[in-house]
Amino acid sequence: MDTNLALVLLFAPFLGFLINVFFGKTLGKSLSEIIGTLSVAVSFAVTIYFFLQINQTKQAINIDLFDWIQISNFKVSFGFLLDQLSILWLLFVTGIGSLIHLYSISYMHDDEKMHTFFAYLNLFVFFMITLVIGSNLLVMFIGWEGVGLCSYLLIGFWYKNQEYNDAAKKAFIMNRIGDLGLLIGIFILGHLFSTLDYATLKTAIAGATDLNMYWLSAAAFALFIGACGKSAQIPLYTWLPDAMAGPTPVSALIHAATMVTAGIFMITRLNFLFDLTPDVQSIIAVVGAVTALVAATIGLVQNDIKKVLAYSTVSQLGLMFLALGLGAYEVAVFHVITHAFFKACLFLGSGSVIHALHGEQDMRKMGGLKKAMPITFITMLIASLAISGVPLFSGFFSKDEILLVAFHHNIPLWVVASVASIMTAFYMFRLMFLTFFQEFRGTEEQKHHLHESPSLITFPLIVLAILATIGGLISLPGHSWLNEYLTPILPKLASAEHHLGTTEYMLMAIAVVGGLVGIGLAYAKYIKQNTVPTEDSEITGFSKVLYNKYYVDEIYDAIFVKPINVLSLFFRDTIETALSSLVFGLGKVTNEISFQGKKIQNGSIGLYLLVFVLGLCAIVSYLFLAQ
Amino acid sequence: MNVSLILIILLVGAFATFLAGDKLASKVAFFFGLAAAGCSIVLLNHYNLGENISFINQWITQPNISFALKADGLSMAMLLLTTVLTPIIIFSSFGNDYKNSKSFYALILFMSFAMAGTFLASDGLLYYIFWELSLIPIYFIALIWGNGDAEERKKAVVKFFIYTLAGSLFMLVAFVYMYQKAGSFLLEDLYKLNLTATEQLWIFLAFFLAYAIKIPLIPFHTWQANVYQKAPTVGTMLLSGIMLKMGLYSVIRWQLPLAPLAAKEYMYIFIGLGIAGVIYGSIVALKQKDLKKLLAYSSLAHVGLIAAGTYTLTLDGLRGAVLQMIAHGFVVVGLFYVAEIIFRRYETRAIAEMGGIRSQTPKFTSMFLILVLASVALPSTFNFVGEFTVLYSLSQINIWFAILGGTTIILGAYYMLKMFQHAMLGETNTKIFADVTFNEGATLVIIIAVLFFFGMYPKPIIDLITPSLQEILTQINRIN
Repeated sequence: MDTNLALVLLFAPFLGFLINVFFGKTLGKSLSEIIGTLSVAVSFAVTIYFFLQINQTKQAINIDLFDWIQISNFKVSFGFLLDQLSILWLLFVTGIGSLIHLYSISYMHDDEKMHTFFAYLNLFVFFMITLVIGSNLLVMFIGWEGVGLCSYLLIGFWYKNQEYNDAAKKAFIMNRIGDLGLLIGIFILGHLFSTLDYATLKTAIAGATDLNMYWLSAAAFALFIGACGKSAQIPLYTWLPDAMAGPTPVSALIHAATMVTAGIFMITRLNFLFDLTPDVQSIIAVVGAVTALVAATIGLVQNDIKKVLAYSTVSQLGLMFLALGLGAYEVAVFHVITHAFFKACLFLGSGSVIHALHGEQDMRKMGGLKKAMPITFITMLIASLAISGVPLFSGFFSKDEILLVAFHHNIPLWVVASVASIMTAFYMFRLMFLTFFQEFRGTEEQKHHLHESPSLITFPLIVLAILATIGGLISLPGHSWLNEYLTPILPKLASAEHHLGTTEYMLMAIAVVGGLVGIGLAYAKYIKQNTVPTEDSEITGFSKVLYNKYYVDEIYDAIFVKPINVLSLFFRDTIETALSSLVFGLGKVTNEISFQGKKIQNGSIGLYLLVFVLGLCAIVSYLFLAQ
Repeated sequence: MNVSLILIILLVGAFATFLAGDKLASKVAFFFGLAAAGCSIVLLNHYNLGENISFINQWITQPNISFALKADGLSMAMLLLTTVLTPIIIFSSFGNDYKNSKSFYALILFMSFAMAGTFLASDGLLYYIFWELSLIPIYFIALIWGNGDAEERKKAVVKFFIYTLAGSLFMLVAFVYMYQKAGSFLLEDLYKLNLTATEQLWIFLAFFLAYAIKIPLIPFHTWQANVYQKAPTVGTMLLSGIMLKMGLYSVIRWQLPLAPLAAKEYMYIFIGLGIAGVIYGSIVALKQKDLKKLLAYSSLAHVGLIAAGTYTLTLDGLRGAVLQMIAHGFVVVGLFYVAEIIFRRYETRAIAEMGGIRSQTPKFTSMFLILVLASVALPSTFNFVGEFTVLYSLSQINIWFAILGGTTIILGAYYMLKMFQHAMLGETNTKIFADVTFNEGATLVIIIAVLFFFGMYPKPIIDLITPSLQEILTQINRIN
């Protein structure tokens, strides 16, 4: 029963994919949309069933289907593990996935390749489910690379534009750099413990008497590199902002709510490993904090509405990694969930705006939209309040916990994270003010057509806004349902104490004030002074550096991409030619020897006699000397 | 029933095709190809039931040469690769017109015959004969039915012929040397030789020269790209899909167990050479303008990794290498076929002259993309199983081997996706690209189905090859 349901859960989106691929055109738009959406909704329904079940039984479900890959010292089976962690992830993957499918029905309706779009989205959900429910690292890896593939397909969805294709390719390749790390980590774990299965791995690590700490740390570090690629952390984050080339629902689903959280999922999954490698944890924490700050600073000056959200995502993921690095997995998971709500809402909201403006993404050409688009405005406002950490909204609770943990572990990290949070509040309200307040700065034509989006677009916005508001309830300070729920995965939580002292309240107050300061600054600049960001060419000084993202892309280009291409040319034109001439040269030498040798055979009896006599002399003297 | 039947079918098929005349040649060849494939599957079944399907008969008494065909799991796997790919390759050529097609198709079957013989022979001299025999048909196929400037082509093909022939001569010398000592060319008898470390080193190197040129490993690869480019696509498929596996297979079957001391002593050098090929091939592929040449260099990179796997002398390395050989055989045939399909419509292999095809033919694009992804070893494709196993085996020798060899994951994605982008995507091409025909589609679908099936369920192949690889490992690890 459970096996069959798990298969339904997994294969419903895959079936949707197949139907849309093979019959999408024949079925027509409406059917294709309905099948695409329903297939994910079915998965969501099954997930809810499993969720209710596990809440009662507390028993993880293990399903082994067949042997997949065989290595000399272990087998990898194709199996699933449905436990608290995977079901939690499934809930928001399929739940938000369903909403975004619904949204896409309207958003993508006029696109001629709509059925392809739904096919890819379904395929993505299929791979994401595989990633989450795999019972071992290698099945997870199928999903891991699979979602990367779908990300590639969807970023380059409008494939006629080569810039978009470049962005898609970049995302795939950067992810693959991480994937190599992940594979290396897998190799080391396989070597050390002769298994890749999570449950067996956990027992093996717990039962090991003398662990090789050097290799264990190497494994953890390699896995972390994999996480950096997928979850867009320094130094592998630059693909995510470019990924905004894809249609907006894709940005919301893949590049904000689900796929980019895969790294956090993997590290949480392997918490028993990372807990043993404090050095790697420190690296994770620092990388996370620095990423949070760097991305936030870039977000301050971006003018493309989706780019702001993209950098915001990188920054928020950084905060989650900070929590992971400090061993507070449950806090990272909490933030993953609230972030999924408010960031999906923000992306979908930005899509609604872009839709209304017929593709305009530059905030300098927006403004004053709140009257024309009240639902979009209000839902986005709620999400912005949530991400800025305004009390009572979901983001307040999750972000506050991250700051709290940081404060208890390491004050500098807390400072960095707090500064990033203040910046977050600033750039989010900069976005809100520039988009929805003051006068409209677009064309008359656009102004004439301004309208609220249809209900298929606003409905998901409303649901997500509600979730962004109340999502914090799952883990209130002092009484956390989430922590209780995750205890089987994170045993440390059982002994953790929840007390709120003066320090905690102080910190909370600082965080709130910080958030309000950020919002206030944005208000002062963009409402009071009515500033509109300048044209690209007029951006100067440090803003220019920020606007150009610290020139990281250019730097990568100069130190990696260009040299490889130059090397390729050198190999192709010089080395290959040289090697080839060498072989031909051998042939020529043979020819030459033969040519010279030919000259001796010229028919002159005298020469033959001479050689004959010389030869005879040589033999005689040899025999004589040998005696 | 024994495996000689396959050889008979292929040889008879070659003659029958020639006699059938130009009109019927392709169909007759296809029929015999299918018959051989069907027959191998039946034989595989017999083999799996534990029957002995090997064949041995005294051939020449002085010198002592046997007609010995040994069918163990490894040989059966390679035989299946040959006999299954042959009809696919023949089928893929339907729709092309070849002058004197009776000779063309007869040569294909003859080549298939020689390659199957190479995979089965367990007598050194017989093996050597098959090995060299396979060179003759491909020489003519490339020379007569190839493309591009005739003079250039001749230069490339003759170079290929002489180069590989010259390399193989050293192998013959090694065989003769061992015959002097053993009085037989039979593999089992050669195993029993107590060769000193020095003798083994020379034998190892003699074999190496033959195989390094055939596979090819850098820096012995200079014949490859030009021949791949200039041969007709059918020839390129035979070369890359099957023939280069002859070299890799021979490493496992002949070189390692006959000279294990040398293999163990110098394994790091040869693993290093293989990995250098991975990186070198990938980087050169990046800037290729010709689609077939790009695929040739991609092959160079992939076989480098396979060779590295074989030289690890571990079960994982050998197993991964064999799996990857089969997977690569299918994917590379598919990719060269894609190049052919594009050529049929645009009459070009220059990537710069393509582009904007996707919007005209979504079906073809999807199949092309799947092959690209298989070639970069996306998990769930057969290529992943092979590549993963090989990389794992490398990591067991030294983690840096796995990291350097693993760059294929990144570089492979780079050059393949770049190629795909410029060949297929972008603004709709003004030249019309007719959708794939049924034949074309069916061929690609079969290849893709094989790749996905064994990608998810490689067990049958793993079970087939593992016992014989273990036997070979026992030979490698025997104490003299």
